[in-house]
Amino acid sequence: MKQQLEAIRKQALDKLAQISDLKELEEIKVAYLGKKGELTRILKGMGALSAEERPIIGQLANDVRADLEENIANTRARLVREERDRKLKSEIIDVTLPGKIRAIGKKHPLTLVLDEIKDIFLGMGYEIAEGPEIELDYNNFEALNIPKNHPARDTQDTFYISDNVVLRTHTSPVQIRHMQSNKPPIRIICPGRVYRSDAVDATHSPVFHQVEGLVVDKGVTMGDLVGTLQAFAKSIFGENTRIRLRPHHFPFTEPSAEVDVSCWGCGGVGCRICKGEGWIEILGAGMVHPNVLRECDIDPDIYSGFAFGMGVERITMGKFGIDDMRLLFENDIRFLRQF
Amino acid sequence: MKAPIKWLSDFVNINVPIKEYTEAMTLSGSKVEGVEDMGRDIEKVVVGKILSMERHPNADKLRICKVDIGSEVLQIVTGAPNVKEGDYIPVALVGAKLPGGEIRLSKLRGVESYGMMCSIDELNLTKDYLPDAPDYGVYVFKGTPELGADVKDVLDLDKVVEFEITSNRPDCLSIIGLARESAAVLGETFKIPKVEVKEEAGGDINDFVSIEIKNPELCYRYTARVVKDVKIGPSPEWMQRRLAAAGMRPINNIVDITNYVMLEYGQPMHAFDLEQVQGRKIVVRTPEEGETIRTLDGQDRELDPEMLLICDANRPIGVAGVMGGENSEITEKTSTILLESATFNGSSIRRTAKKMGLRSEASIRFEKGLDIENAIPALNRCAQLIELLGAGKVVKGVIDCNCKQYEKRVLKFEPERINSFLGTEIETAEMVRIFKSLEFEVDEKNMTVSPPSFRNDIVELADLCEEIARFYDYNNIKPTLLSGKESMQGRKTYKQKMEDVIRNTMYACGLNEAYTFSFASPRVFDTLNLAKDHPLRNAVVISNPLGEDFSLMRTTTIPDMLKSLSTNYNRNNPEAALFELSYVYIPTDGKELPDERETLTIGMYGGTSDFYEIKGIMEELMEAMGIKEYEFRPEKEEACFHPGRTAKLFVKDKNNKMVYAGILGEIHPDVAENYECPNRTYVAMADVAVLIDASTTEKQYKPLPKFPAITRDLAVVVDAELYVAQMLQTIKQEGGEYLEDVDVFDVYKGAQVPDGKKSVAFSLSFRASDRTLKDEDVNIAMDRILKGLEKEFDAQRR
Ligand SMILES: [Zn+2]
Repeated sequence: MKQQLEAIRKQALDKLAQISDLKELEEIKVAYLGKKGELTRILKGMGALSAEERPIIGQLANDVRADLEENIANTRARLVREERDRKLKSEIIDVTLPGKIRAIGKKHPLTLVLDEIKDIFLGMGYEIAEGPEIELDYNNFEALNIPKNHPARDTQDTFYISDNVVLRTHTSPVQIRHMQSNKPPIRIICPGRVYRSDAVDATHSPVFHQVEGLVVDKGVTMGDLVGTLQAFAKSIFGENTRIRLRPHHFPFTEPSAEVDVSCWGCGGVGCRICKGEGWIEILGAGMVHPNVLRECDIDPDIYSGFAFGMGVERITMGKFGIDDMRLLFENDIRFLRQF
Repeated sequence: MKAPIKWLSDFVNINVPIKEYTEAMTLSGSKVEGVEDMGRDIEKVVVGKILSMERHPNADKLRICKVDIGSEVLQIVTGAPNVKEGDYIPVALVGAKLPGGEIRLSKLRGVESYGMMCSIDELNLTKDYLPDAPDYGVYVFKGTPELGADVKDVLDLDKVVEFEITSNRPDCLSIIGLARESAAVLGETFKIPKVEVKEEAGGDINDFVSIEIKNPELCYRYTARVVKDVKIGPSPEWMQRRLAAAGMRPINNIVDITNYVMLEYGQPMHAFDLEQVQGRKIVVRTPEEGETIRTLDGQDRELDPEMLLICDANRPIGVAGVMGGENSEITEKTSTILLESATFNGSSIRRTAKKMGLRSEASIRFEKGLDIENAIPALNRCAQLIELLGAGKVVKGVIDCNCKQYEKRVLKFEPERINSFLGTEIETAEMVRIFKSLEFEVDEKNMTVSPPSFRNDIVELADLCEEIARFYDYNNIKPTLLSGKESMQGRKTYKQKMEDVIRNTMYACGLNEAYTFSFASPRVFDTLNLAKDHPLRNAVVISNPLGEDFSLMRTTTIPDMLKSLSTNYNRNNPEAALFELSYVYIPTDGKELPDERETLTIGMYGGTSDFYEIKGIMEELMEAMGIKEYEFRPEKEEACFHPGRTAKLFVKDKNNKMVYAGILGEIHPDVAENYECPNRTYVAMADVAVLIDASTTEKQYKPLPKFPAITRDLAVVVDAELYVAQMLQTIKQEGGEYLEDVDVFDVYKGAQVPDGKKSVAFSLSFRASDRTLKDEDVNIAMDRILKGLEKEFDAQRR
């Protein structure tokens, strides 16, 4: 009987070592440990044993059972693992195939730049002011120290609706509206759509976008203007950007400046983008003209301020290397999806 | 303003490299737009004299010349037909550089040629600059220039600097003004050579003419001289070349002299034929009723009462500051002239010039307001040049009608205010130095400064600050950041935040952002099939548009969206989905400015786009904007949309009223065809202000359900035309307190459903918040719902 038990153990263990699926495992389990299994069958013959033999064989039978149970459990774990491995292996995919796109829409490049400009100035404590695109001549010109028949009107080819109403040529009228309804301290930017009577070509558009800024407070200096523009230029064009101010004339600021940034193409040594100059003009700026402050009931002997303005298209084209302004208004999906 | 360096050098020493000069001028505010170097690329081209000419043995058209270039005699082969022995000609030596390349020793049909005779083309010059040059062939010098001399010197080839002059600095629209600035920038002295007029004709100007100003508000000063024995002829080469270099075409000596003085002094001059001035009287006045004038260009001009005229005793003989009259024009026969040097009201000149469409070098100077003290010096310079050129004899005396005596402006000199305005620490002495270099008078005892008469732009502290700053150099101002002042918080308004929500929702829904122009053509209303009296046809009209297509401010964004979609379609992009956030402009009665309505426009074709997709985007938007109560009502009337596939969006406003917020649907096939869009094109348009008004950012958490829901399906057959929205309303009404949600999961027409009917399947879910529902609870509700549908819509359960 002892030999019989050992033989069962060996036979069962050999089988377990060879099988490769769970169904076989169940069969083996039933065959050896089941109610009608080998082990049970042998144990039923226990009654024929002597009293000395019985505990020994009983002990052995229990050992064999425990051994088989443990082995079955181990084999099950092995088989489960092997089956998982097989499954994983059968599920291999080519991860280098292109991804499936859940296409989200793209921001227009002008919005990208506008958002960036807004973020920079929001961070510097500016509010965003807005106003109408169709404006009174008074707000667009006269209050800005540009009376009717002033030669400075030549620099801004204006669309007229009537003698008193124009398509705004800059967002400066928003500054006037804001100053006339708010007291200093004032710190705003005015983004928006503006109009000039320029025929459409690669570098001109009768409709374009500007962001202007205005600060009015006690003790605002031209140094503050320079510092603000420098911080802005570094923010939008990169930490190594330098700015250069050239004296200029705008009727609504005094002193006035045109502001260049070091070329984003070459960093200032001269290239095709900057036509060899090393500088690219992107801004107009200056200290708010005392006549403009007076027009808004702000005393220039107490308050001072600065203002600046930039063309969004120009910056956008520079930043993204867009060489034709018309692309910005055509809305070809192949263009828009690049941003 | 084009300024030849040699001309500037009459008044100031410019002895720095050109690049350094232009940069310094630019950084002090006289922006250099470019430098034209007339002698650029010309090297080793000298004056030669043709000693002899022989026919080339092997070529009929070539000749072999011996050319004396001073140091030696060269053999040069030429094909030029226009030269002869004894001519002085430009010779490009072997090794010479020309714009067309380098000259080499060459053999022409076996004969060596040690150089080339040059035409003006080969020297990159024009007939404007050298009017005596032949159209073809080699240039021949007049006179006997020194042999071997560099042609750049002989021809005065100069560097010409082009400045951008801003409207506040009319004084810089002159060589003298720019020389002044140059002197201040370079630290050189500025000097005008003394102008003397010999007045060889003697006599007394008052015997020739009298002058009266009737409108002193329009004419501030009128000065005149008279010149007798005028001989009209060409002006000398040097003057022609300077004029040409500065961009003016030489005409004759008198015209050239007046132009020369205008460029040099910035004071436009005019010459009248004095014999044509009736009554020997100049009257400066506005027109009389019905008066007209024929100007120099032969045009008859209507006059309006605000225009200023120069008249004689009887009639207008010129439009002040704009153009002379034909009746007093200088001709070959003119023998006595009146030279006018005047200052006028700038705005008046500008208005007149604009109205007549006659902007000239003169009018652009006058309109900026000229220095009243410059009239007489310019007049004298003009007389001096007439004498110098032998163009006539100047009569003794000047007539000077001065209605607006110059008053020196005295401004407070407050160095510390200047420094605190600029954020600088500039020494007072340095400020004094800057002011003085600009010819300002500085009274250091009383601390005042006075700008010179030609600086009308200097009126207050800010102007003084600019003068100091531009010579201190803006770039030396230390950058500071706004600080120590009341701190401010930057933030977006509610509207701006909601615009961000709208944009972000559109991006998330796969729509790409578009930008279009705000203009419209009057034809778009027809292409949209709008009725003749449609309110959208009432648009703001631009009085000076860039053309008909851009002549209105748009009242609807649909045409621009269709155009953008069409662009994509025509470029074979298989699908496109766009949105734009922009404005339309609606005229409002009784108001000067129109109502600018912010508009969201969505457009798509191809891919999965259909009505329900664009509606889904709008529903997503309602969700994002926190708009809980809205409905889509079928719309059959809107002409540019498909009558069966269009809905209007209504939202509940703050007053609990359902208000119109937008429209969405499939574009009418006729309109799609008009715009060359695909047949199934979908557009939505919404009024952003209405949406924002109905929106909220407030959110409130609702506890998650603790008890399970029971779901039931219900399919009914109803009339095919019945709107599901109506059925949903009934279901919600009858569903009772436990009905949590209803979904439409199938709409079916076809087999097993009678003609004219459709089957609609709903999935309903029921839940109680305080217990697990029993089937009986739900059965009661389902019964009620079915009865309701049967009663309202004659629905049959399937
Ligand atoms: Zn560059």
